[in-house]
Amino acid sequence: MIGPLMKAALAKTLLESLIEIIRKTSTELPDDVVRALEAGKAEEAEGSRGKYAMGIISENIGLAKKKSQPLCQDTGSVLFFVHYPAKIDHALFSKLIRKAVTAATKKGYLRQNSVDALTGKNDGTNVGPGAPTIHAEPWKKDFFDIRLVLKGGGCENVGAQYSLPDARVGAGRDLVGVKKCILDAVQQAQGKGCGPGILGVTIGGDRATGYLISKEQFLRKMDDCSPEPSLAKLEDEVTTEANTLGIGPMGFGGKTTLLKTKIAAINRVPASFFVSVSYMCWAYRRQGAKVSTRGKIEKWFY
Amino acid sequence: MIRLEAPFTEDKIRALKVGDMVEIYGLVYTGRDAVHKWLAEGNEPPKAEVDLRNSAIYHCGPVVMEKGKGDRKRYTVTAAGPTTSTREEPYQAGIIEKFGVRLVIGKGGMGEKTRIACEKFGCVYLHAVGGAAQVLAEAVKEVEGVYGLEKFGSPEAIWKLRVEKFPVVVTIDAHGNSLHKEIEASSGAALHGIFAGMKK
Repeated sequence: MIGPLMKAALAKTLLESLIEIIRKTSTELPDDVVRALEAGKAEEAEGSRGKYAMGIISENIGLAKKKSQPLCQDTGSVLFFVHYPAKIDHALFSKLIRKAVTAATKKGYLRQNSVDALTGKNDGTNVGPGAPTIHAEPWKKDFFDIRLVLKGGGCENVGAQYSLPDARVGAGRDLVGVKKCILDAVQQAQGKGCGPGILGVTIGGDRATGYLISKEQFLRKMDDCSPEPSLAKLEDEVTTEANTLGIGPMGFGGKTTLLKTKIAAINRVPASFFVSVSYMCWAYRRQGAKVSTRGKIEKWFY
Repeated sequence: MIRLEAPFTEDKIRALKVGDMVEIYGLVYTGRDAVHKWLAEGNEPPKAEVDLRNSAIYHCGPVVMEKGKGDRKRYTVTAAGPTTSTREEPYQAGIIEKFGVRLVIGKGGMGEKTRIACEKFGCVYLHAVGGAAQVLAEAVKEVEGVYGLEKFGSPEAIWKLRVEKFPVVVTIDAHGNSLHKEIEASSGAALHGIFAGMKK
């Protein structure tokens, strides 16, 4: 464990870095996402509703960055994915993250967006049971890898989980069945998830792990593909075929319904075969940084 | 692009068609879950403060900053994107009928009850771009007042917003048409087509 003297100095710098990661995530879209949105905009016909929506989206991205204000007022579920040096005290680190979330809320980078599930009470801190969500693992490396995804409620509400075989969709326990489920989820979502969307999908796992890994897919860059050839092929096919459904930006109709699909496969028990689909809205807020053991941001990942 | 200016008369509303791209100029009242429930329970805001006849209701919980005190108190809107409209589906039709609301603005679309009320009473549903909190905040030129700040809390209160060039698309018109219904049906048919072409 690190000594108490160093702890105070580290805590202060690390807190500032965490707040900066939250600010950047909430107010700026990563370049790879902006490029994909611009490509989607180019696909839509001149004078169409789809083009109109994509134009407003572009303008919004620029304004939010310029004003350092949240892109979307639903600053979403706060999902941290973190690796930290094993010598760092886990409880202390988690406490710092929660402190950073409350501080970022006070500064207006996050809306007061977390309420008691039973009473609906909002204490304005964005901290409570399950909030923020912190997935943290120690590692042997001598730096922090801190990644953050902010996921709004509109898109979270259209996520879907299928247990195969699924009679309604006509999906069996194979990749054809998996594809049917994913396309069905896109059609069900319509424009309600604030598309054009990005999908994170897990094949296999238990229900909870399936959804967790589907969200981890949002840490991948837009232009990568699965290292598993059959999944890479499926990712492309889902995106291409979903874009023939005609749902379009915001469900206004058009060519760009999905920007990308990211799929992972994890082991399952023989009795279960889940397909877990998470939908990310166009306001795809993800950021991450390499942070030194002194707490300083050394490099942005996206 | 259609310029839709207040007053929002029935003639202007009936002239709009599904798919029209519109820019709104005029006064818009925000209202979300608490307000809709309250109105549906038979309550009415004082007309001098909130006149819902021929009005526009916006499903939005804006982020509002407050400056100054007393008579010098001024509000500015820093984020004003739409919230999901379907939550108001149980209440919207009754509110359109009772108060003569002409524009309902939100995102994600609304259901059959609202579609029918729009046709019957001369109202339209206008879809703003979800997530575009900054562009829409820029279109808010002035906060003219607020009703129910204590009662409902800031995001849920009725904010009177003077907007200019507020960009929306007509997705339910006053002639019984719904873009949501159309696209749900056409994308459903396209999906069946894809499924039919698959091997297994």
